Order: sequence, then C-alpha cells, then structure tokens
Amino acid sequence: MSNTETGTHVSYLQHKGKYKGILSWLLTTDHKKIGLLYLYCIIVFFFVAAILGVLMRIELIAPGETIMGPQTYNGMFTIHGIIMIFIIVIPALPAVFGNFFLPILIGAKDVAFPKLNLFSFYLFLIGAIFGVLSQFIGGGAPDTGWTFYVPYSAESSTNVIYALIAAFILGFSSILTGLNFIVTIHRMRAPGMGWFRMPLFPWSLYATAWIQVLATPIIGITLLMVIAERVLKIGFFDPALGGDPVLFQHLFWIYSHPAVYIMILPGMGIVTEIFPTFSQKPVFGYTAILLSSLAIAFVGYFVWGHHMFTAGISYGSRWFFSFLTFIVAVPSAIKVFNWVSTMYGGSIDLKPPLLYAISFIFLFMIGGFTGLTLGALAANVQVHDTAFVVAHFHYIIFGGMGFAFFAGMHYWYPKMFGRMYSNKLANIAWGILFTGFNVLYFPLFIIGLQGMPRRYFDYLPQFQTGHVISTVGAFILFTGLILMVYNFVYHIKRGAIAPANPWKGVTLEWQIPSPPSHENFDEIPVITTDPYIFGTSTENKQK
Amino acid sequence: MKKEETHISSYTSHAIVLIVLLFLTAISVLVTGWHFGPFSVAVALIIASIKVRTVITHFMHMKFESLFMKLMVTGVFVLFALVIIITFIDYYLR
Repeated sequence: MSNTETGTHVSYLQHKGKYKGILSWLLTTDHKKIGLLYLYCIIVFFFVAAILGVLMRIELIAPGETIMGPQTYNGMFTIHGIIMIFIIVIPALPAVFGNFFLPILIGAKDVAFPKLNLFSFYLFLIGAIFGVLSQFIGGGAPDTGWTFYVPYSAESSTNVIYALIAAFILGFSSILTGLNFIVTIHRMRAPGMGWFRMPLFPWSLYATAWIQVLATPIIGITLLMVIAERVLKIGFFDPALGGDPVLFQHLFWIYSHPAVYIMILPGMGIVTEIFPTFSQKPVFGYTAILLSSLAIAFVGYFVWGHHMFTAGISYGSRWFFSFLTFIVAVPSAIKVFNWVSTMYGGSIDLKPPLLYAISFIFLFMIGGFTGLTLGALAANVQVHDTAFVVAHFHYIIFGGMGFAFFAGMHYWYPKMFGRMYSNKLANIAWGILFTGFNVLYFPLFIIGLQGMPRRYFDYLPQFQTGHVISTVGAFILFTGLILMVYNFVYHIKRGAIAPANPWKGVTLEWQIPSPPSHENFDEIPVITTDPYIFGTSTENKQK
Repeated sequence: MKKEETHISSYTSHAIVLIVLLFLTAISVLVTGWHFGPFSVAVALIIASIKVRTVITHFMHMKFESLFMKLMVTGVFVLFALVIIITFIDYYLR
C-alpha cells in the first residue's frame, strides 16, 4: 500500500526546500519539478500553435482569401512549425517524461547535473519566448517556413533572425538535456541494474540523447551561418556571394532528419512501457527493441538526403539515401511486431493509456508506410511539396509523438500528481481526438496525390471538398484536446487519491508512493531481476 | 556508483599540448594560402581533427578512460566524418 494512502508520506510537491512559494519552483533543481515546468510551458505553447493551425484550416475552407491574406498565412505556417517542432515536438518527451521518470526508472535520486538541468529549462524558455516574439515585432512574422531554406531566408525582410536565434538557443537546451541524460544513465544506475536490466524507456532516452548531443550542434552552426550571411554578407549559401543553397539543405537535414528520431524514439519508449503493463506480460523481444532503438538512431543519421530528392543532388546520392530510407523502416517494424506480440495472449486492460498506445501504432504505421512512398525516388517526384507530405509528417509527428505524449500523460498522471483522472472522460476525449485526427489529416493524402501543393493559401476549386473535410476534422480534434486537458486540470485537485501502483506496473516508478518523495527513494534500490517480470515474483518484489 | 579515479597532468604536458595546438593553428592559417582545389576543406578539417584529438586526449583526460569510453568517442568522430564525407561525395558526383 502506498504511503500516500496512510498520510505519512511527504511528496515532492509538499517538500519544503531552501525556497518557498513560486521560488521553490523557479529555482528548483528537483528533476520532477523541472519536468513539470517543461510540461506547463509546453501545454501553453502547444495551444498557441494549435490555434494558429486551426486559423490556417479556417483560411483553407474555401478558395481565395477568407480570414487572412497570403503574407499572414505565410507567417502563420512558419510560426506554427517553429513552435510545434522546436518548442514542443523535439523537447517535449525527453524534457517532460525524461526529466520526471528517467532517474526514477534507473533507481537514482536525481539527474547527474541538476543545476545544468534547470539551466537547460531557462534556455528553453528564453528560446521559446524569442520564437513567439518573432511573430509580433519588427518586420513582421517570419515567412520562410520552419525549414528556413536559403536563399529566401537570407533575403526575407521579416523577423527571420529572431526565429533563427530562437532555434539556436532551443538547440543548446536540447544538447544540455541530452548530455545530462547520457551521464545519468552511464553513471547513476542503481546497483545491479546492468545495461540489459534497464527499462526500455530509459534505453530510448539514451538513443535520443546521443542524437541530441551529436546532431544539434550542426543545426546551431548552420543557423548562425544564415545569420552571418544576412548580416555580414558572408557567402555560405548565396550563389551570388560564392555559396551554395544545396549545402544549406544538406546541413539543415543532417540535423533535422535525426531530429525526427529525437521526436519519435522517446514516444516509442513510452508505449513500450505501456504495452506490458496493460497486457500484464513481459515485453516481447526486450533485446530486439533496445537494439532497434540504437539502430534507428544510427541509421537515422544517414537518411537526410531523402528530403532533397528534387533539390538537385546527384543521382548516386539519391539512390543511396532512398536505399537507406527503406533500411531504417526495418528497426521501426521490429518494434511494431514486438509491441503487438507483447499484447498477444496477454490479459488486456483497455484503459486510456493503452487506447492511446494502440492508436500510436495505427497512426505511426500510416505515417511510416506513406514515408516509404516518399522515400521511393519516382513517387517522391510526384508528391514532393504537396499536401501528401503534410499529411505524412503529421501522422508521424502528431499521430506518433503526440499520441505517445498523450499515452504517457494518461499512464503517469497518477504518479506525477497523486490523483486519478476520470477514465470515462479520458475515453470520450480519446474517441474525439482519434476521429478528429483522421478526419483532419487523411483527406490531405488524397488532395496531395491529386496535386494540391503545401504552404499555399489559395487553391483550385477541385481541392475544396478535401479542405472542407479537413477543416471540420480540425474542430473535432481541437474539441478532443480541450476535453482531455479539462480532464487533467479538473482532477489535479479533485480526482480520487492515486494508489502507488494503479495499473499493476512492475518498473521502479510503481514501487514508490504517488506522488514520489523529494529524493524518490528512501534507500537506493538494489536490482536483482529483469525489468518486466509480472506475476508471483513481482508481487513478492513489491512486498 | 563507482568512485572516480583522479588524475593530475603535469604542467610540462600541458605546455607541450599548448605548443602543438599553436603550431597546428599556424599550419592551418598557412595552408589557406596554398591551393588544394577540391581538397582544401578536407585539409582544414584534418588539421582541426588533430587539434580536437589532442585536446580530448590530454586536456579532457580521455587517455585515462577505459577502452569502452575511448571507442565511444572514436565512434562519434567516425560518425561525423561519415556525414561530412557523404555530403562531399554528393558534390563530387553532381
């Protein structure tokens, strides 16, 4: 039984540290509180970007200008992309769930560098504020798209420099978080927790952290090079100055494709924790799943060129990158087979976290298969820069990372806040979200195949039906989001008290009270078994 | 967590590393005047890599680390080199 229920336990939320009130949050070095600071910021920025997305969908409900002009539309999709990618999708899973649960899952009291962790948060906050400010000040919202392609980003009179600085600062935050996690995993695992006794969410964070540390500096330097070209007229990318615009695309995607794996790998880690718990069965293929995480991280470094098939790269490069794109699908498929096999024959408990995790597989598979369409050289020429690409990456990023985030929230909410949300409301919100998601994005595959370009504020009448359906989907999706957040916010004070282990999980976070104490463990646990052992031995372990 | 060993490098070794770094910096400035054609970037990167290796080995105490750690750091550089090489191969083949 949890100490929460007996009333003797002091949680990290009640812990009286050096500072009181708001300062106890703003100056905290507790990894759990820092995780929550990220969570609150990310929710706020998510709704800002989501509202921009809905406004774009309203604009596209009919051909021609409806609620905004083309320049405003360009600014909207740019800042929607910058906020979603750099402020939410890349940092969200490692920064929120990684910060909160990595030390707990490996039996540690905190991350290796707690002060650096807080510093990362403030860098994130400064970068995020810069990103949003770029929408409103000076020369107007940047209109380059989140990809900042040159030569336009070197010439546009809008606030491109603010947005570039924002992405640069956010990149530093990401590097420091990754570095912290690598050192934490190497040096702070509990006694007895060898590499192959570590749960799979920390493994996914480990693979992600290496990408954060190794790939992010490249985008940082690249963005500085664009600033240098704009301000100092140094010819890196502008042919008139002796530069090469394709070099920018190489450097940009050397980071930004691995960044897709920064987004998705922790999501895969989260659902890998959920499937065994809600099937009450050990994870199928532990070693295969962890090796596939590392394989995705490694091979993912070498597929960046598939974003550039129509940019004028050499024929040899095109088939090389196309081939590797198909190879990277193999470890992703390994994971999917293992998740399904984990559920097979298990005692399935269809609670909200599992609903979201299963939806993750469904949506990620659609995103993955359409990714193979884009990875094929001939098909890519047809669908490049169309709404098909928009649908594909939303299925991967929102359907994958987004639904994994929602799955994680529903799975760990009782542990994080010590309260239960309403399962009924959560199920309804899931139904609305899942329906809205597919109604919003699936029509974009069809009109994309028919030739609807991406990033156009106007279109031919033949595409209107698809756009109208998609806009209706946006409203359904947004309703689901509101309901889900309402469920969380309402029950944070009023929900039933959460027991220590409401889902009958077996990893370390479920062996401590809900919410955890300031230092997580009274005594550092000694690990004597593999992480996913259900049944008698686990019950004994809990006693 | 295992207790870390501490290492104190001598001033002499630091001084030697400093001289090597200054020498390599002078070389990298010098070679900008020579025309290596398509290999000019490669030459600059090779000199920079030697400097990085010197700093990591001596100043960052990599020479005292385990073989596992050395292999991991080497792997990082191999990865980075591959990324650069693939990019330049594209330029060569265009």
